[in-house]
Amino acid sequence: MRHLLSTKGMSRDEAILLLDIAEDMADVANREVKKLPTLRGKTVVNLFFEDSTRTRISFEAAAKRLSADVINFSAKGSSVSKGESLKDTAQTLAAMGADGVVIRHPASGAPHVLAESGWIDAGIINAGDGTHEHPTQALLDAFTIRRRLHRGAARGKGLDGVTVTIVGDVLHSRVARSNLWLLTTLGAHVTFIAPPTLLPMDMSGWPAEAGFDLDAAIDAGPDVVMMLRIQQERMNAAFFPNSREYSRRWGLDDERFGRLAPTTIVMHPGPMNRGLEISSAAADSAGSTVREQVANGVSVRMAALYLLLSGDREDS
Amino acid sequence: MARIVLNQADITRALTRISHEILESNRGAENLVILGIPTRGVVLARRIAETIARIEPTATDVRVGSLDVTMYRDDLGQTRTRTPTRTQVPGSIDGVTVVLVDDVLYSGRTIRSALDALGDHGRPTIVRLAVLVDRGHRELPIRADFVGKNLPSSTEERINVHLLEVDGDEFVSIDGGAAEDAS
Amino acid sequence: MSSDNAASTPYLIRGATLPDGTRTDLVLADGRIAEIGSGLSRAGASVVDAAGLIALPGLVDLHTHLREPGGEQSETILSGSQAAAVGGFTSVFAMANTSPVQDTAGVVDQVLALGEQAGYVTVQPIGAVTVGLAGERLAELGAMATSRARVRVFSDDGFCVSDPLLMRRALEYVKAFDGVVAQHSQEPRLTEKAQMNEGALSSELGMVGWPAVAEESIIARDVLLAEHVGSRLHVCHVSTAGSVDVIRWAKARGIQVTAEATPHHLMLTEDLVVGYDARFKVNPPLRRREDVEALRAGLADGTIDIVATDHAPHPIEAKDCEWDAAANGMVGLESALSVVHASVIDTGLLDWNDIARVLSSTPARIGRLAGQGQGLLVGGPAELTLYDPAASRVFGRGSLAGKSANSPYLEMTLPGRVQATFHRGYATVLDGALRPAAEIAAQGVRTHG
Ligand SMILES: [Zn+2]
Repeated sequence: MRHLLSTKGMSRDEAILLLDIAEDMADVANREVKKLPTLRGKTVVNLFFEDSTRTRISFEAAAKRLSADVINFSAKGSSVSKGESLKDTAQTLAAMGADGVVIRHPASGAPHVLAESGWIDAGIINAGDGTHEHPTQALLDAFTIRRRLHRGAARGKGLDGVTVTIVGDVLHSRVARSNLWLLTTLGAHVTFIAPPTLLPMDMSGWPAEAGFDLDAAIDAGPDVVMMLRIQQERMNAAFFPNSREYSRRWGLDDERFGRLAPTTIVMHPGPMNRGLEISSAAADSAGSTVREQVANGVSVRMAALYLLLSGDREDS
Repeated sequence: MARIVLNQADITRALTRISHEILESNRGAENLVILGIPTRGVVLARRIAETIARIEPTATDVRVGSLDVTMYRDDLGQTRTRTPTRTQVPGSIDGVTVVLVDDVLYSGRTIRSALDALGDHGRPTIVRLAVLVDRGHRELPIRADFVGKNLPSSTEERINVHLLEVDGDEFVSIDGGAAEDAS
Repeated sequence: MSSDNAASTPYLIRGATLPDGTRTDLVLADGRIAEIGSGLSRAGASVVDAAGLIALPGLVDLHTHLREPGGEQSETILSGSQAAAVGGFTSVFAMANTSPVQDTAGVVDQVLALGEQAGYVTVQPIGAVTVGLAGERLAELGAMATSRARVRVFSDDGFCVSDPLLMRRALEYVKAFDGVVAQHSQEPRLTEKAQMNEGALSSELGMVGWPAVAEESIIARDVLLAEHVGSRLHVCHVSTAGSVDVIRWAKARGIQVTAEATPHHLMLTEDLVVGYDARFKVNPPLRRREDVEALRAGLADGTIDIVATDHAPHPIEAKDCEWDAAANGMVGLESALSVVHASVIDTGLLDWNDIARVLSSTPARIGRLAGQGQGLLVGGPAELTLYDPAASRVFGRGSLAGKSANSPYLEMTLPGRVQATFHRGYATVLDGALRPAAEIAAQGVRTHG
């Protein structure tokens, strides 16, 4: 794998390989020494043009467990705002000998531009670009679902026939987009539920269902319910009247949570707005994978870093 | 043209002998953990464990597992990305005798990686090495304790190990190299 | 040959094909078309063999960004004029979004004078509608109209005159001097942070969409305003099928509206955004295939009056970056005729007479520009271009004559090639090559007196 830019276009075999390697990486966390020498001598740069401490430390932990050297480059509010471009930054990192660049950027497509530009020869991992994709989040979500469903026998398996309902701000969600492509590639059925204002204008090319009615979606008995975060900035932009109305119609409150089967997996990419899109009872329930998702994130990112950086760079 | 050097019966005999030698050197089956190196080393480890259990009926629980060394290789940047396989170490290996099992011993680099991997799982008292074939050409100061067959070869030759569980048939053959070109 | 000699040299163009298909010779002398007919001869004339070439009246671009004053790193009036000449143009209307903005008589007269000095084409300044393009109060439209530049086209292009009252006043006011307001139709609230056409692709790529309705709603409002106050409205760079419908309806009602389409909206579609190559970032954005088809049909049936390039040069750094940070716009003067050729001639929708209309006579008429767009007539101004329709070329950096390389057509194969361009009777392009700046400047000085 040369770069990890999106889950769209990722084959089922590629996805399962990465998830299987993530299983091996998860096993490492249970050993006496929780570190592998695999990427010794390699340099991984976390290039974050947006704040996201959670994602950054997850990648940092993953790289360090593989013995890579990690440089954190927080480009937000530093030289970049003084006019240093993505190109200049990339060339600086290339000069520093970066083998891998984990990039978070507010512009959709920025990781793709970085990968295609010729400014830098490193392997690029998209850690979230604008409202486009966040592939490692989707991979960790798929990994989490697969582990819940298959326990120790997850290796080699897809998510065939699994029904996943994703609820919330789909319009602005890179998590939703990456999950759409990955989960369906793995055989799952995806349904998006949101206020009409928070669904993309034209979803005709999406291999998923879309609707506005969370209660009907709950009663359909999905295997997985994934609640997306509502950003504070949406509240004032006329996407919905106010948080109370949002919560009443599209929040996973105690009553709706109670109607779910006890085996239903409840997910949230974090950070959560408790009481808005998800109630505390739902978030802290046995069905909730919120904490597992964090641990699994490190395993999946180790697998991604391994696949990108362990082979010779000719290997695409 | 491949030349068969061990057939299925030869392989079984070699593994039986190795099993006896392991028991002899360990003075029984106590505190013994047998770890195969994927892919075929794992199959051989399992067979050795079964053989030991047959020879020593009192050895009820010879522990057997697998030790993947992909993440410890020293040539990761020079080849295609390798797909790792699962490591399953059966319980703690502190204070036990670990016998590493592989199909072919060649440069010794795989075993070096295995020793590094093993160290991250615990601290065995003794580590021994059993291989089905030793073909020479060591690049590191590593030597096998138990050898099924020494098979001096040239570096141009290929050694193929087929085992029923993996390949559907079973033999060790040698092909390529100068000998074949001459024929 | 010295440039003084060149100044007085007549041209005998042999065997050209007129837009109506007839073959003829033409003699250019003293800045006029002296003769048209077969078997012509002229003592002392430079002979141009035009066998197989189409003679078109000099092309007129109603929508060009020349960037000077203020943006000289991406284009100057000289370099933009050269790009125009290479594309077969003899006149360009220079958009007002310079720095300082062309919102006073002083600035428009300066642009006019720099155009005359360059000498490649007639540079006709456009005046801003509002002071500093800020959309707050009217610029001195009358002063610009009566200045030496005789401004008749007013536009805040780059920005929409979105305030309906201000738009109404502008439409009314320009009636005093037979002016026209050229509107960049973009509802600003509906297009905040917009990056590309809104639709299935923007949904997938997670880019903020630029919905068709943001253009169509402004056009609908403006045609009704133009009807209400009895004024002329020109709609810049129409990009959607819905806009074509609205304009068709307005014209059927007798509203005085004219409209332009750009070559890129006649050829390219939004799919090009997929690789995030910012050369394809433009405002209004590239649309769907259905929109391209509707624009072509609109051009063919007269709903869309003209083709205008919206030539928008940008320096490398404005495009060599992530999509969101990139500037909008494409250079288009050098490629315009070839792109129109591929889009509407090769598809059988328009003929060469139509090309003369949509790229010369009608834009000159909308802009009330004297000395341009009068067709190829004996006694008329010697403004013409010779085009080889049989040629085919891979469009490359060397095909561009302006300062900037932000062309979406690089590495594409395009039909046709401009072989010669004549402005005021002298050649600005000959044998497919631009004439040197010093030679042309001398011609400009001579003919402008
Ligand atoms: Zn415009």
